[in-house]
Amino acid sequence: MTTEVASSANEHPVVSPPGARSRHWYRFSRLATPYALLLPAGFLYALFIVYPIFRQFDVSFYTWHIFPGVANPFVGWSNYSRIFHDPAIRTAAWNTLLFLLITVPIQMLLGLVAAAFLTDRLPGRGLWRALIFLPVVTSWVVVSYVFAYIFAQQGGLANAVISIFVGHAVHIDWLAQTWTGNAVIWMVSIWKGVGWSFIMFLAALDGVPRDLVESGRVDGASEPRIWRHVVMPNIRPTITFVGVLLVIGASQVFTQVYITTGGGPYGSTGVLLTYAYQQAFSFFDFSYAAAIASLMAVVVLALSIAQIRVMRRNDGS
Amino acid sequence: MNVPALKDSRGHTRNRLARETARGQASVQPGLFGIRTWKKSRLVMAFIFGAISIFPLLYMLSLSFQPTSDILTSTPVLVPSHPTLQNYVAAWTENSFSHFFLNSLAVAFGTVLITVAFSSLAAFAFARYKFPFKEIIFYVFLAALAVPSVELIIPQYMLALKLHMTDSLLGLVLIYSAENLPFSIFLLRGFFEAVPRDLEESFRLDGAGTLRVLSRLIAPLSAPALAVVAMFTFNFAWEEFVVALTLINTPAHRTLPIGLNFFISEHTTQWGPLFAGSVIATLPSVAVYFISQRWFQRGVSLGGIR
Repeated sequence: MTTEVASSANEHPVVSPPGARSRHWYRFSRLATPYALLLPAGFLYALFIVYPIFRQFDVSFYTWHIFPGVANPFVGWSNYSRIFHDPAIRTAAWNTLLFLLITVPIQMLLGLVAAAFLTDRLPGRGLWRALIFLPVVTSWVVVSYVFAYIFAQQGGLANAVISIFVGHAVHIDWLAQTWTGNAVIWMVSIWKGVGWSFIMFLAALDGVPRDLVESGRVDGASEPRIWRHVVMPNIRPTITFVGVLLVIGASQVFTQVYITTGGGPYGSTGVLLTYAYQQAFSFFDFSYAAAIASLMAVVVLALSIAQIRVMRRNDGS
Repeated sequence: MNVPALKDSRGHTRNRLARETARGQASVQPGLFGIRTWKKSRLVMAFIFGAISIFPLLYMLSLSFQPTSDILTSTPVLVPSHPTLQNYVAAWTENSFSHFFLNSLAVAFGTVLITVAFSSLAAFAFARYKFPFKEIIFYVFLAALAVPSVELIIPQYMLALKLHMTDSLLGLVLIYSAENLPFSIFLLRGFFEAVPRDLEESFRLDGAGTLRVLSRLIAPLSAPALAVVAMFTFNFAWEEFVVALTLINTPAHRTLPIGLNFFISEHTTQWGPLFAGSVIATLPSVAVYFISQRWFQRGVSLGGIR
């Protein structure tokens, strides 16, 4: 290994060694320095990210007990086969999929529309931009509480507005019913997420060459045609990138569900991660929860390979 | 980012002359929608998006100044009719909320310190050295960008148990730092690579060691990138919910996001103090954002926040 590294160091001469030190010492330090620089970050990352990834797979093949001294028997794939025979997880998986299919396209569409209207000079552009991005900066916990209040049965804004329209007081318990509870979760997620895709698309639209747009106009092309043939090809990598990141993010939905509905009533608004969390920390069934999370990780891995490819393509352009 | 965007980022051009100049440029360079014909509808659209984005936050601010009777009335009060500070007093004094605030501050600053230091060292190695398995190691770091924190909470909790780090702020700092390293290293590597090698060589000829090159040359020249890393890391640690919820047991070690939960009990929710606490919890992130909007948005467009 030493010779191989030394030759690669030789290909890349930077400076002559300080006089007092021997050539061997110089070679060694030249070799060891990058690893020494990587050590603190690498250690932390390996311990708290990489090891847990493997530990999670590991635990999913046992029945792991939180109490020390209790036997943790090996159970093979039974935690995984349980996933496919668990009616409750079907609801959670369906809710996660529904969440993804509803929030991702709407966030992208609204973000693109907002970016299209706010690109180029506009009075107060910076102000509008800051306002639209503000929900992204605030925390999930806080906005979840705000939406929980807006849709509260007692004193909530939503009920009050409906009362005005129907002419008498209504007391809908939005968060305690499956569809309305889900709708509130979608709403808060879209509201908080639009700003992010907006900023991404705004940066992409800023990068569209204006002279191409202009020459299209000079040639008499209509605005929709310019959008289709000039603008869209230029922002397509961003659209893919945003889409992939939003899909990965949506599959991990947790906090807004945990705070607004808590997955209730009877798990009907729960998503995969709230379900796994409940299995682990309410029922102490860590192994089953780890199996769910591991299976999700495999799915997310497939998505992230796509993500890295898109990132590399973005780097190239 | 191009120059007009930078000029615009404060929102208002300062004086009449500057405004006229800006308009002049705009008419020379019609945008994607042809500025002159579309200006009004674009403004209306911008207003609608802006209003919807800000409304729930303004509503929260308004609620935080309202007495409980106004909060729970069936005709909601949008602008406080009996403004009061009692929610803030209650939030700050009851439930040791001030304590949570200090905990959050300590965790956030600790995380920023460790993340900035460790990711600078690692990014320096990736940017300036050739070594075996370099790109593989780099992609191993990047891979975690696809594994958000919630996904790993179960094994992280088990690890914390083993290391006796449950219920400890240090445990939070270490996990938060580990989760912020990938993006930070990714961002810093690009910036560090942009620093001319000639400069580094002349530094080294003057006898500067590796750490000196990093702290006296590379870091000052990459200040914007380091600022982005610091801001994102601060916001992450300041807002993080799931890890704190899982690891922290005793009230004395709670951070703000899980401290808010104290205002909710089985049957009643103290909405007033809850929103006062929420405003207190939100202000630092919003302040950080407005102070450094330009850098922030640039960092975001590199994929920093989701």
